[in-house]
This record gives sequence, C-alpha cells and structure tokens, in this order.
Amino acid sequence: MPFVPHTPDDLTAMLRRIGVGSIEALFDEIPAELLAAPLEGVPPALSEMEIGRLMAQRGRQDGQPLCFLGAGAYEHHIPAAVWQLASRGELYSAYTPYQAEASQGTLQLLYEFQSMMTALMAMEVSNASLYDGASALAEAVLMAVRANRGRAHRVLLPRTLHPAYRRVVRSITEPQGIGLVELPYDPRGGHIDPESLDDLSGGDFAALVVPQPNFFGVLEEADALTDWAHRQGMLVIAAVNPIAMAVLVPPGEWGSGGADIACGEGQPLGIPLSSGGPYFGFLCCKAALVRQLPGRLVGRTLDRDGNPGFTLTLQAREQHIRRSKATSNICTNQGLMVTAATIHLALLGSEGLARVAAACHGNTRRLSERLCTIPGVEPLFDRPVLHEQALRLPAPIPEVLRSLAAHNILGGYDLGLEYPELAGAVLVCATEMRTEEDLASYHDKLARIIATRTQPKCPVQPKI
Amino acid sequence: MSKLPDGLQYSSSHEWVQDNGDGTVTVGITDHAQALLGDLVFVELPEVGKQLSTGSECGVVESVKAASDIFSPLAGEVVAVNQDLSRAPEVINQTPYGDGWIFRLRLADPAEMGTLMDAAAYQAMVDAEQG
Repeated sequence: MPFVPHTPDDLTAMLRRIGVGSIEALFDEIPAELLAAPLEGVPPALSEMEIGRLMAQRGRQDGQPLCFLGAGAYEHHIPAAVWQLASRGELYSAYTPYQAEASQGTLQLLYEFQSMMTALMAMEVSNASLYDGASALAEAVLMAVRANRGRAHRVLLPRTLHPAYRRVVRSITEPQGIGLVELPYDPRGGHIDPESLDDLSGGDFAALVVPQPNFFGVLEEADALTDWAHRQGMLVIAAVNPIAMAVLVPPGEWGSGGADIACGEGQPLGIPLSSGGPYFGFLCCKAALVRQLPGRLVGRTLDRDGNPGFTLTLQAREQHIRRSKATSNICTNQGLMVTAATIHLALLGSEGLARVAAACHGNTRRLSERLCTIPGVEPLFDRPVLHEQALRLPAPIPEVLRSLAAHNILGGYDLGLEYPELAGAVLVCATEMRTEEDLASYHDKLARIIATRTQPKCPVQPKI
Repeated sequence: MSKLPDGLQYSSSHEWVQDNGDGTVTVGITDHAQALLGDLVFVELPEVGKQLSTGSECGVVESVKAASDIFSPLAGEVVAVNQDLSRAPEVINQTPYGDGWIFRLRLADPAEMGTLMDAAAYQAMVDAEQG
C-alpha cells in the first residue's frame, strides 16, 4: 500500500465536497512569508539499480577502519539474529502503527522494550523511545521545567556532558525561555566536583543533569550530586550509557531518592554505527512524572472478555489530543531501532550486557596502559573511567589522527575540537570488539608516529 | 442535562462558583462540562497559595479521550484544593457540584462575582452552544 492512499480522483472528490478549489487553498491562512521555498535541491528519482550503486558508494566512503572512537556512539558486537529477526515482515516498520491496537505484536514488543528499560534504569516508567539521545535529553529538560510549574526556568548543564547534546538541548529549550547554565569540571578529575556546587545553592534551578559516565568516560559522583540537587529542590536528570548501567548503579538508585528522569542514547543496544544514524533515544521517569513524559507509551490491559492485551495509553498528553498544550510535538518513536534493541537485549540478558560492559572496561584499561608506555603519553584525568579514556599526547592531535587514519585506524576523538583548553588530548575507546592484536597495532603505530614527530633534530647538519 | 443547582454562579468556560460568604468561593466544573469530557482519569490541581487572575489556566482535567484546562473564573488566591481528586478523579463525574469541587479561592475583589452568570443565563448559553 502506498504511504499516501488517495488518488487524484479521491482528492478532487473531497475538495469538491467541501467546496475548496485546491489543497493549497486549505492553507491560505498561513502568511506567504512563512512558507518554505520549494525543495529545489531534491534530485530526481533513481531506479533500484542506480540507488543500489549510490548506496554502495556511500558505504565504501566510511571504509572499515579499526575503530578506537567512541564519544557518543560505540561499535559493539551485534548478534546476527538481531537484524535477521528485526527484518522479518511482521516487525519491519519504522513506525508506531496509527491503528495501534490492531497491531498487538508491535505493541507487545514496545511494552517489552519499556519493561527492559525500566529494569535497566531502575525507573518506574519508560516511553516507547525518541529520535536520539540528545533530543531525549532536551525532552527531559522540558519535563523538569514543566514539573516544577514555572517556579524555575533554569537548568544546570555540566560541561562534562556530550558537547553535541548541549547544543541540541540549547536549540530545543532556549527558544522556550529555558536558561541553561553550564557547570565547569574539575581539571584534575574530569568530573563535576560536588563541593564546587555549594556556590549554586538556593540558585533557583529546575534540574541538574548528571551524565554517567560523562563525555570524558569518567564516572561522576552520582550519589552526592543527586542528594545535593534534591536538597535544593531540583530534579535530577540522568544522561547515561545503557551498557554502563549493567555494571554501575542505575539512576533510580542514585543517592537517597534516586534520579527523577533517566535518558540516553540507545545505539549501543544493537544498532550499527551506520555513519551516524538512525539511532534512538530512551526516556524513563518516576511514576509521579508520567504525565510530563512525552512520546508513545504502551500499557497492558484486559479486553472486554478479560483477555490480556496491549494498548497505547495516557494519550491525552500527546498532540493529537492536547494540541498546543501537548507535552511535546514528538508523537512517534523509533520503531525499527527499538525492535532491534529489544531483540538485542533479550538475546544478551542482564548477564550478557554486564559481560559486554566489563569487557569494554577491561579493553580500554589495557589500551590505556599500553599507550601510556609511550614516552609523553599519559592519562588526562585521574578518576575511574568506564570504557573511554582521555589521554594527553606529545604531538598535535589532528596530525596524529590523520597519520593513524593512513594506517586505517580511527584513533579517537580530538578533545581540542570542543574543549580548547584540552587541545593535545585525545579520547580513546576500546569496546569488546577489540582484540589484543588490535590494541598492539594501535600502540605500535602511535609509538612510531610520535617518535617521528618528537625526534630531536640531528645535531650534525649535512654539509652541502 | 440535569437541572442546574440554585445558588451557584457560572462562567462561560464551564466552571461553577459557590460563594462561601467569608470572602472565599468554591470552584468546580459543571455537569455539562464533565459530561462532554467523559470518564475522568486525572486531575491536575492548582497549588495552594498561588495567585490567579481571571481566566488564567490553573489546572487540567483529563479523561480517557481528552484533556482540558481548568480556568479560574475569578481573581484571587488559592486557599484550598480537593486532594481527594488525586486518588479519585471520577468523583467529578459522579457529583460535580458536591464532592467534586476542585479548589477554593480567596477573592481579590468580591464585586467580581457580579461578572458571572446565574443558572438561567448559563443554561441559555449551553443551549445556544448545542444549537
């Protein structure tokens, strides 16, 4: 069935019935200056053969480098069964169905996803997913401001949070009158020092965002930060890596009261890197905040005959009912990505997930130890990390990364790009995918690159 | 529609107002409003101590099919809210004019009561809306 089921005859008949000349005439109340220009950049349609060739070309551009880059998206092993099952006709759709209750299988899958996420985060409610981690965090910030009913319109956003997340949150929330105040990080630990927050006490903030682990891979003092924020009457928004939650204390158990909202990027749960997307965001909260939660929410109920069934629930939050007062303009979810993630989680189980997290941690530690045997290479921060480590190198990072790329190694993330004060530092990551040989290969190439760059000039000048 | 009780005043946004005789009024939504909304599942109450202006949004009533704002029919300070509704919002469906009250307001200007409709005027408005 085509996505738009109306034929030109249908349209003509409908327009004639309501006495309107054209579809455009239905929108004539929109001022002309607000209308977007026609989409002139859209190329003509391609045949299947042409599009197949174009996509293969695009795919080759990425190459297949040995990946030591994390910084928000991570290369994990995805069991073959995940996408084999997700591609089955019964499941293969990007959408939440519009006639939702007719698709009990899809709803059950989303319900299972929600159950898994609440278990992983130790929270009471999860929605059926959002577009990505950054927009999920923006929605969490909006939730927190709504929940405190207009008393405070400012939110504390630490600089240890992913820079792209901070930009997305700014783009989405600042036009709605929300002030974002950035928190500095401790230059030695690479974390938010809870004692540094005392200056902000009584500062009229709706929420504190706590990343775990943070952008530098460093573990934050989540308990102390949560308790401090709650003492100030703020909500706590946890922005976490889902794999990490298999081995770290989950947001719902932080401090004495637990975080109020937990969100993050779902890509590590069975979604390939795919040049940057599509990924999916997850968003969980305490039951008391459920009416502030945006997006689709699947519930389990009983039908007229007492049989269990699944249904979209609490839809009065959503824009097809609440219109301009809806919690968000998000009225959908990342159906296909969530299907894969649910299968992935079901295959791994909590034990498998914990083993993945532990293997990533072990590999990153071994990588860091190996690299730090190279003269001039040292850890940038002194606090524990999960599966990423910031390292200071004795050579300019952009040049080092270029040289590594020439050896087909994706060497990490140049921290100087977003943190000028950290120029000279690189963020490296070794997931469970990396073998000892991979680590050795990275070490050997890096050692050679640094040696050539730092070799003292020969004191004897050649005579010409 | 059931007969409107005597002694109440009404707003055009379907709230009823009862004068408590001590400078405060009790506010709820009318039987007509609850019938339009259907079975209520959630009520978001205003905060005690909050200053409301006339016509300001001060809460939400949510049913299985819709959610609608509650508007303050008069200006004043919220002095009490019906906490029972948090657990049992259906009370508004059952007894909109009694146990289904939503909040009490200390009026900024008691003379503002005169801006509301009596039962007959409200009935006429509802009849006209229903055409």
